[in-house]
Order: sequence, then C-alpha cells, then structure tokens
Amino acid sequence: MQIIRNRVMVNSIPRFGFKYLSDSTFLNEEHLQIQKAALDFAKEKMAPYSAEWDKKHHFPKDVLRELAAMGFSTIYVKQESGGVGLDRLTASVIFEALSYGDVTTTAYLTIQNMCAYMVDQFGNEEQKKTWIPRFGTFDAFASYCLTEPNSGSDSKNMKTFAKKDGNDYVINGSKCFISGGSVSDVYLLMCKTSEKDVSCILVEKGTPGLSFGKLEDKMGWNASPTAMVLFDNVRVPQSNLLGKEGNGFKMAMSALDGGRINIASCSLGGASFAFDLAKDYLHDRKQFGQPLAAFQGLQFKFADMATNLVTSRLIVRQAAQMIDNSHPDKTLYSAMAKRYATDSCFNVANEALQLHGGYGYLSEYQIERIVRDLRVHQILEGTNEIMKVIIARNLLK
Amino acid sequence: MKVLVAVKRVVDSGIKVRVKPDGIDLQGVKMTINPFCEIAVEEAVRLKEKKLIAEIVAVTIGPKQGAESLRHALALGADKAIHVTTEARIDQAVQPLDVANILAKLVERDNYNLVLMGKQSIDDDFNQTGQMLAGLLDWPQATFASNIQITDGIAQVIREIDGGLQTVKFKLPGVITCDLRLNQPRFASVPNIMKAKSKPLETIPLDKLGKLHNSIQITKTEAPAIRKGGAIVENVDVLLQKLRNEAKLF
Repeated sequence: MQIIRNRVMVNSIPRFGFKYLSDSTFLNEEHLQIQKAALDFAKEKMAPYSAEWDKKHHFPKDVLRELAAMGFSTIYVKQESGGVGLDRLTASVIFEALSYGDVTTTAYLTIQNMCAYMVDQFGNEEQKKTWIPRFGTFDAFASYCLTEPNSGSDSKNMKTFAKKDGNDYVINGSKCFISGGSVSDVYLLMCKTSEKDVSCILVEKGTPGLSFGKLEDKMGWNASPTAMVLFDNVRVPQSNLLGKEGNGFKMAMSALDGGRINIASCSLGGASFAFDLAKDYLHDRKQFGQPLAAFQGLQFKFADMATNLVTSRLIVRQAAQMIDNSHPDKTLYSAMAKRYATDSCFNVANEALQLHGGYGYLSEYQIERIVRDLRVHQILEGTNEIMKVIIARNLLK
Repeated sequence: MKVLVAVKRVVDSGIKVRVKPDGIDLQGVKMTINPFCEIAVEEAVRLKEKKLIAEIVAVTIGPKQGAESLRHALALGADKAIHVTTEARIDQAVQPLDVANILAKLVERDNYNLVLMGKQSIDDDFNQTGQMLAGLLDWPQATFASNIQITDGIAQVIREIDGGLQTVKFKLPGVITCDLRLNQPRFASVPNIMKAKSKPLETIPLDKLGKLHNSIQITKTEAPAIRKGGAIVENVDVLLQKLRNEAKLF
C-alpha cells in the first residue's frame, strides 16, 4: 500500500532497485530539497493531466501560474531584480523533475525563464521593473522570436528588419515556429537594425501591425501553442530596445548555452517517465510463460536505455555546473550535452515504446506522447547537426 | 500563542522495504518527513495565517540527517527549529515514552500553548506519543483530528473515530494529534526553501533533555507473507466450504 500526496491509497506491487531521479551526483542538500518540491508538484499537478492537455491542445495557463508561485519562472534571474537568484544546475534539476510530469509545459516554462533572464541581463532599470515581476508570476507570458521561414540554422541571415523612424522603430518581417505565438503578452524579437546588426526589441501583443498565423498542428508539444508571428509596419518606441543596437547576437549567444541545458533537461524528465513505465511493463507483461524481464534480448535493451539515461544526466549536470562557474569550455560541453541527451532520451522513449509492443502504440499508455514530445528536442534550440558543428569547431580550433 | 510541532524522519512511504535480521535496512534508503507530521506542520502554518498563533517551533529527534525534516518544516512556514541529536536508530531505539518525556521538558522550558503532532509515524505505527505527552503534562488531548478550530483559547477538534466523528472541546494548553483528512500540505516553494536556510535552528544533544531507556525490545522483524492468488468459486456452497476449511473463518 502507498500513501501518495493526493491521498489515494494505491495497492501497487512495490519494486526494488533503480529509482530514476535518485542520482544525486553534483547535487547538494538544497538541490535535493528543491528537486523534491518540483517532483511532488509534477506528479500531483501535471502528470495526471498531461494526456488530456495533449489531446485537447490545451495550454494550461493556470498551472503555469502555480509553477510561477513555486518560484519556477524566474529561476536564474537575480534576486535584486525580483527573481529567485539560483544557478543553472538548480534550473536543470527543476526542469528535469517537472518534465517528468509534462514535457511540453516544462519546455514552455524554460522559454519564460530564458526571456526573463535576457531582460535581467541586458535590460535597463525601467524594462526590468516593468517585466520581471510580471514574468515571475506569469502575469505576462513571453515568447522568443528568432527563426524565420528562410533562416533557421542560418539565423544571421534573418530578414525581419526594424527601421528607425523618429523616436520609433518600424518593424517588418515574419518569424515562425514561435512557442506561445498569439497567446504571449510580449515577444522578444531578434531582428536586423542594419544590414549587419542584429538587435533585440520587445514587442507587446496588441501593437498595431502585429498579427499571428494560425496555430500550427504539430507532431507533439500540443499543450503549447505554436504560430507564425507577423510584423506589418509594427511601430514601437526605441525605448523597447533591449540592450544595445547590434548586440543582439551576443545576447543570443549568452542565452544559448543555458537554453541548451534547459531543453536537454526536459528530455531527461520525459525519458525517465518512459523508462519507469517500461520497467513496470517488463515485470507485468508475460509471454511464453515468463515476464518480459526474463528475456535477455529485452534485458540488454533495457540496460542500454538505463546507461544512456544516466550518462545523459551526468553530462547535462556537468555542463550546467560549467556555465555556473563560467568555465571556458562551457559552450563545448553545453553543445555536447544538448546533442547527446536529446538524442539518447528520444531513443530511450522510442525503445520504451517498442518494449510495450502493440500497447506502446496506443495513446492510453502515454509512451507515444513522450516520443512525440521529445522528438522536437533534437531539432530546436539549435539542431543536433549544428551542435556537432559547434563541438567540432571548439575542438579543432 | 506558541505552538510546538514534533516531526519525525521516516522511511519514504513509496519505497519497498528490505528486512534484515536486526530490522529494516536503512542503508541508502529514501527518507522523508512522516506524512502525518507534515500535516501537523501544515495545520500550524494555517493557524498562523489565520493569526490564531504567533510562533511555530518544529522539533525532531535523531541523527544529523534529521535536520532535513526540520528544514522542510521551516520551508512550509515554521519559524524556528530544534534538533535533539542522537545517533540511536530512530525507528527502533527512540520510543514513545522517551520522546514524550523529552518533548515535555521542551514544553516546560519554552512554555508552548499547543503541541501538534502526527497521530502516528509510519515506521512503528505506535500512535502513543501524543497521548503520553498529554498525560505527562496533565494536559487535555484530542487525537485523530480532522478539523481544528481555536477561538479565545478554546480548541474545538473533530476526531475521526471508528464510530464516526466526535467533537471535543477543551481549554488550551493541550495536545492535538493530526489525521489524514485534516489538510493537504502545501508544496514548499523555492523562495521559501531559500528563506528557511536563515531561520534559527537550535541543536541540543539528547542526554541534556532525557534518556533512551529501550524499555521495548524488538525481538523479530519479518516481511509480510506474500499475497497468494484468489480463486473464483461456482456457487455459495463452495464458498462456504472454502471459508470453513481453507480460510478457517468458522
């Protein structure tokens, strides 16, 4: 019998052995306390609803507000600016634990954190005062606009342009694949302000000329709205510029390492969930008179899944710590961590689906949703191919 | 008004327990705050939010890892913590009467108006400490609380008993032990976890407050018998036959 947080007495067959998130290498007591808080929240407030959110394409703004109340939306924003002031390792632990409950909303939460971080790092006092408290409660939802229909990996080649006009900028162009598109209150727009200069400008929803494409129908990440963001002579005051003109790329680079750790951490949580489901299934399902766990072929597959999951976690946490310590190799390790963890974790989920046989294909068993959600982590925040470019470049310089 | 909340660090309820010849194997096992103690802390925090009490002090008895449960209580909203340190096994050698005596000393030292605790701990399930403490202090008690109201120094408690619900009323100070349906503890938010680090934590070696007498000795610890499968019977006669001959019910 188990007494679990929502007071349901569940008669389940307890198991010995490997407990997904018991690996506490790199973690001190405070990390473990915070991990427990995040995991408890994920199991009670996210996991039971994840399937429904996916099926109904429902964006759970209320749960995101509760996550904000827990302190999870401005994790590495400085305390003086109104954030929680913790480090990237803690953020990784939090996102890993939350994505055990739901990958998609956790991934959106990482975007909010990143936008808040950028305002904190590069914004002036006015901008920090205006936005950070609102980000910290999810009173304002934020989106990050970089990718365009014709510039993904080749982001420097973007065409969206902000032209100076009096005291304003007039912006024209389009961004695509924007998480939170049409729902978010503020858009951190990376655009050209001259032929070579990329700058970051804050554009609020409701500004005339700002419109959105239809909500994209995706393979996964269904609980999070994704749409094109269109700029047709959008006029904003020049005071909406974040940081200095032309510094956009440097700003983006400084946020990228952390963003990669974040998305890798989301993969870890989702894969852990699929892994646990697979473990139970191997014990429960019997064929040819034995539980599946007795077959060596499946044992080998499961052993590889566990090894890949644990090693992914180690490199993600190490890279997070390197960012926290401003280690000179942090970009190299962040790229390695993102590439390795997102690939491994997708494979863990995919193998978990295979271990479930026909049942793995049914949405009722939840595995296929994890596979669908994790697939995009190999693509966004920099494709894994670009990660290899970065890794090689760092090694061969 | 000051409240003392006693918390115990126990084996996590979700894990499978391994039995060794000298008791439960605690090596590397996940430990957490006793669920009923957590409910007691939550209730104290709610009473403080209603401005019925002014200060919450959490106390635990155990080795240095026991401080984790205190920090959890502080993160939920306790103001101060007391750690009574001992290296003895808390699931075996720290027994209800000794605990009650130690808590009684703390009550006399600090003058609390109310002691809240869980109804029992999920490792030994004694369900005695609160009752013994009330006896030692000669205070009224209400156990298995599923609702607590405090007005003008009078506590009104609804108790969950076998026959249903019983409401008792008494003048504070008193001891109340908390049951499952009293409340649902909040999540410790990150800002509160960080604030908890700077709240006062007092450490007292156990022998300054009392002694562990080990008056109860554990002679044997066994795992429960493995559950055997059931069977579907064709009719009532076969059922009665099985109940008499196999289950030996009558």
